[in-house]
Order: sequence, then structure tokens, then C-alpha cells
Amino acid sequence: MKDSIIQTIDVSKVYGMGDAQVTALDGVSLQIDENEFVAIMGPSGSGKSTMMNILGCLDRPTDGRYILAGDDVSDLNKTELAIIRNKRIGFVFQSYNLLPRTNALENVMLPLQYSRNGHMTENEQKGKALQVLDAVGLADRVYHQPQELSGGQAQRVAIARALVNDPVILLADEPTGNLDTKSGEEIMQLLKKLHAQGSTIVMVTHEDEIASYAQRVIRFLDGRVETDVLNGEEKLVQAEGGTS
Amino acid sequence: MRPSKVAQIAWKGLVSNKLRSLLTMLGVIIGVSAVIIMISISAGTEAAIEEQITGLGSNLIFVQANFSRGGFGPGSGQGQTGGLVYDDAFAIAEEVNGVSGVVVEQQSSETIKSGNATIDGVSILGSTPDFPSVRDMEIANGRYFNQAEVDRNQKVAVLGSSLAEELFGDEIPIGQVVTVGNTKLTVIGVFEEKGLVGEVDYDSRLYMPITVVFQKFTPSQFARIMGDRVRMIYVEVAEDAESLDDVILQTELLLAKRHDVSLDEPDFVVTTQQDIIQTQEATTEAFRNLLAWVAAVSLLVGGIGIMNIMMVSVTERTREIGIRQSVGASPSDVRWQFLTEALLLSLIGGLIGVAVGIGGSWLFGELGGMRTLVVPTSILLAFSSAAAVGIFFGFYPANKAAQLDPIEALRHE
Repeated sequence: MKDSIIQTIDVSKVYGMGDAQVTALDGVSLQIDENEFVAIMGPSGSGKSTMMNILGCLDRPTDGRYILAGDDVSDLNKTELAIIRNKRIGFVFQSYNLLPRTNALENVMLPLQYSRNGHMTENEQKGKALQVLDAVGLADRVYHQPQELSGGQAQRVAIARALVNDPVILLADEPTGNLDTKSGEEIMQLLKKLHAQGSTIVMVTHEDEIASYAQRVIRFLDGRVETDVLNGEEKLVQAEGGTS
Repeated sequence: MRPSKVAQIAWKGLVSNKLRSLLTMLGVIIGVSAVIIMISISAGTEAAIEEQITGLGSNLIFVQANFSRGGFGPGSGQGQTGGLVYDDAFAIAEEVNGVSGVVVEQQSSETIKSGNATIDGVSILGSTPDFPSVRDMEIANGRYFNQAEVDRNQKVAVLGSSLAEELFGDEIPIGQVVTVGNTKLTVIGVFEEKGLVGEVDYDSRLYMPITVVFQKFTPSQFARIMGDRVRMIYVEVAEDAESLDDVILQTELLLAKRHDVSLDEPDFVVTTQQDIIQTQEATTEAFRNLLAWVAAVSLLVGGIGIMNIMMVSVTERTREIGIRQSVGASPSDVRWQFLTEALLLSLIGGLIGVAVGIGGSWLFGELGGMRTLVVPTSILLAFSSAAAVGIFFGFYPANKAAQLDPIEALRHE
């Protein structure tokens, strides 16, 4: 039996007040298990970005529960959410989001520096970061500044940074959106390899080709899950109970 | 995050914007250096005045004519209660117990000739025999004049050490004749070097009996009005005197009797060194309060400068804040980062300000001809105020950064 990494129960997100209220998520229930590779798709305004923000603990649901690796994180305060992001979640963004004027190694070390427990010495942090950079194939670029790296290399640094704290889940938001086809393919191969090594990955994309790397595709529409397809087979979405 | 790491990041943030950081620090630099310079000037002035007062000699009381009450000259309508006269000094010396010396002085400025040497504008001090003891001055060669010479208007002179050297070089000038104005005087003594006391150079003066000054060097108009009146009588209190207050009381009673005035409305004022120091302290304290306000205002301006630039910095680096938040920076991590940056700005500004302040004090002393004294506590005060300013004015921007929403921050361009 695989453990459930992500479980959302009837999660809603409402922005604004009164007449200006916008419902971005309307009672979404999802379950994502360990070592799944999931693509989330949908047109803009469908709620997929809001879903990613909540899954990434950058935002809290207005209603419903979010259970991440067995813990209910729906009502945590800002500091507690920061700790969860640091320890359990790795982010990969479309625009890499590396710190400027900070070399690849220091960028990768950043999550370790914000870690609250398991005090690593500076050298241990460096060792860990170098190990992860090596794993993404950038052992020869560790002292390069972000502006000296190609898009593909920058995204690899970002992936290394996301992995350095051994998160339970890797969240990738359009990871190939800023890359040419070849670099994009390389990044997808890297994600595929990480998945093969046991990582759980949730990825937002609007390209079918990119989504095809995933085992499971969830389509959002108007704040709800429209379809949830596993290995190319249609699977019915249950209104309340999530997947089973 | 470790404090050392936070400081390292803050330092990097400042270095990446060197000019801006420097300009931001300018307010603090000016504030801190102003505090140090102004306190050093006020302390220097205070020290100079204190030295001057103690340099007058120890255990002195000063008897002055009371101008507001006594009135000078014929037109004052006060009859004979016209301030202090020369004879009052002798009366004090003879009748008051516990007095070891009494001096009256009369000054003038004259041209002095001796052989080929001519010096203009030499300060002439007419005084009485107790002068060296009351003023703590030592005779190097010869002697000071005595009472008999004062009484008989003897034309004798005692030279300050630098004046003697100017006129006669290394030669010991005892017995030589100097021409002061049109009057020839015989040199009977030379003082040891005393140095500057406050602003007064005792070594470049010529000393002679006060009666000679009255007779020869007081402008005739002045002499007619003043007669033998003196502005001040210096009274040296003997070491075995019962108490200072006792000597003051005796003096007051004596003078009141001689001048035929009541002690409620005297035509003279008796003060002590203590009184003068206290008056001086009140003045410097008022000055210091003014400086404190100036310093406070400049540090306030410096603080607002820091706050302003930190606000700009938070806005500029919103995305960076978002990135840090996404990898696990908590609100307090972000707050500390910006607070540290503000603190670092003000502390570095404070350090530079201390250096500029010490250098500036030195310059004022060297070039401005001002007496300055850098007070260590002023450095501490200025520096800690700068730090306080950094924390106080850095807090609002740092808090603003800490409260940023990670999603908004990441979206920021």
C-alpha cells in the first residue's frame, strides 16, 4: 500500500468580499499518493494555480481540509507554513526564481540555511548542496551566477534547490514554460528520472506533450476537477469522495 | 537562519549598492560626527576656562565693584560709595584674619624699548607685592618688588620669561633699563616660565608696581574719573584660615564699614572660584542642551533617510523576499534580514561618523584655533544613538517585508 502524500477534502478558496467575491476553488477533493507523477492542466482561471499555491502551503484554503503527509496544515499560521514549505515542499517555478548575484551553490544552500532543526554546519550544507547539484548534472557550474547560466541550467539549479531538503513532494509550476524545446525535454527527462528514483511530483502545465510525461492528468475547470485521467484511461471523478 | 549568515546577507545587500548605502549613511555620519565635534568643543572650552580659573591661584576670593549699585565718577550721585579703591586692598590685608595675600591689578598696553629691541603692544600689569604668591608664579632671577617700592612709585620692572628672552636673549637682564612708553624702568627680576593659562600668556608680560601704572600709564581722562579706583581685588585665603566663608564675611563687613553702606545694598560683590565655576557650568550646560537638540535632530533626519531607503529596498526586492519565503523563510527571518541591514547601515554610518568626528575635532583644534577635547562617552553616546536610530527606523520597513504575502511577492516584477 502506498501512503497518501496529499489529501484535500472539499477545499474551497474564495477571494474578495461581498459582491466582488470570486470563487477560485469550489470544493476540490483530491488524493495524491507517494511516488505519483501528476500533471495539473486547465485554462487560465480554472483554479489550477490557486490549487498549486494551497498544495505548496503558500496559501490557505477558505474552507475544507488539506492533509499533507498525514498532518492537517489547513489552519497553520505563517511561521508554521514557512517551516512546512522548508521541510516538506520543493518548488520549481516557470521563471526559475533564483536569487540574483548569488551563485548556484548558495542558491541551493538557501533552504538548508532556513532549516530550523538538524543544525548542519556550513560545510555540511555545502556538501549536501554539491551532492544535489551533481545529481542534476551541474557539478561543473556550482560557482556560476544565475545570469551566467542558460535557462535549462538555471532550471536545474532550481530543481536542485527544491530537492536539497528532501521534500515529500516536488511542485513544479510550468517548469518548461520559459525553455526551448530541447532544454524543456531535458528538464522533463530529469523530472522523469527523479520520479523513477522515488520522488512524488505534481506539475502544472498547459502543454499536452509535457503532460504526457506524467502518469496521471487532472484537468481543472471553473474551480472544480473536470477530469482525472490515469495512464491514458478515463476515470470517473467522484463529486465528493475524491479518487479511490 | 544563523545571525552570522543574516549579517553576511545584509552586508552583501549593502555592498551591491555602495553609493546608495553611503548616501543613506550620510545623515547618520553627519549626526554622529556633529555630536562628537560639538561635545569636544564644549569640553575643550570648559577645560580651558577651568584651567584659567584654577590658574589664577588657589583659594582665591574676588572682590569686585558692584557696577549696578555703586556707580562711578562724579555724576553718579552716590557720594563716596563709589566702588573699590586702592586702599581697600591694604585694609583687607591688615584687618581681615586668615588672609595671606592681597593683590590689585591695573593693566595697560605699551611699546617697550631696550637697546636695539622694540616691541609694540606689550601687556603691562601693575600689581602689588603679593602677586607672585597669589598667582602661583615663581621668580627665576632677581626678585619681585616690595611694598616700599610700591608706596614710593619706584620705577622697577619684572619681566615674563619670553619677554626677557625677546629683549635680552640669554643674558640675565637684572639692572638693565627698559623704556616703557616714555618711562625708563630698571629690571629687578625675571619670572620662571608659566605657560598659557586659558587664553592669557603670563610670560610675555611686563610687571611693575601698580602705583607706577596709575601715575604713568593710565590715560589721563580715565585717571581723572577713576582716581585710584580698582576693578577687582584678589584676596588669597591663608591655609590656616578658619573657613572661606569666615574670610568672606569679614571682608564684607570691613568694606561695608569703609564704604558706609549696608550689607543688604553693598557697592561691591565678593565671589569665590567656586561661584565662577558654577556660573560657567550653567552656561556650558545651556550650550550642551542646545547641542543635544542639534544632535537629536540630525540623527532623526538620518533615521528617516534609513527608513526611506529601506522602504525602497523592500519594494525593489519584493521578489527576492518571495523566493526566500517559498524556500522556508518565516516572517521573523525576513524581518531580521531587513532589520540587520538597517542596523548595519546605521552602525557603519556611526563608525564613519566617529572617525569623522575625531578627525573633525582635531581639525577644529589645529586650524580653527579652538580648544577641543574628544570625550570618550560622547563617542559611546553618539554610536549607541545611531544604533538605536537604525533599529527604530528599520523596524517599520522590516515589518512590512515580513508581512508580505508570498504569492504576491513571487508575482512581483
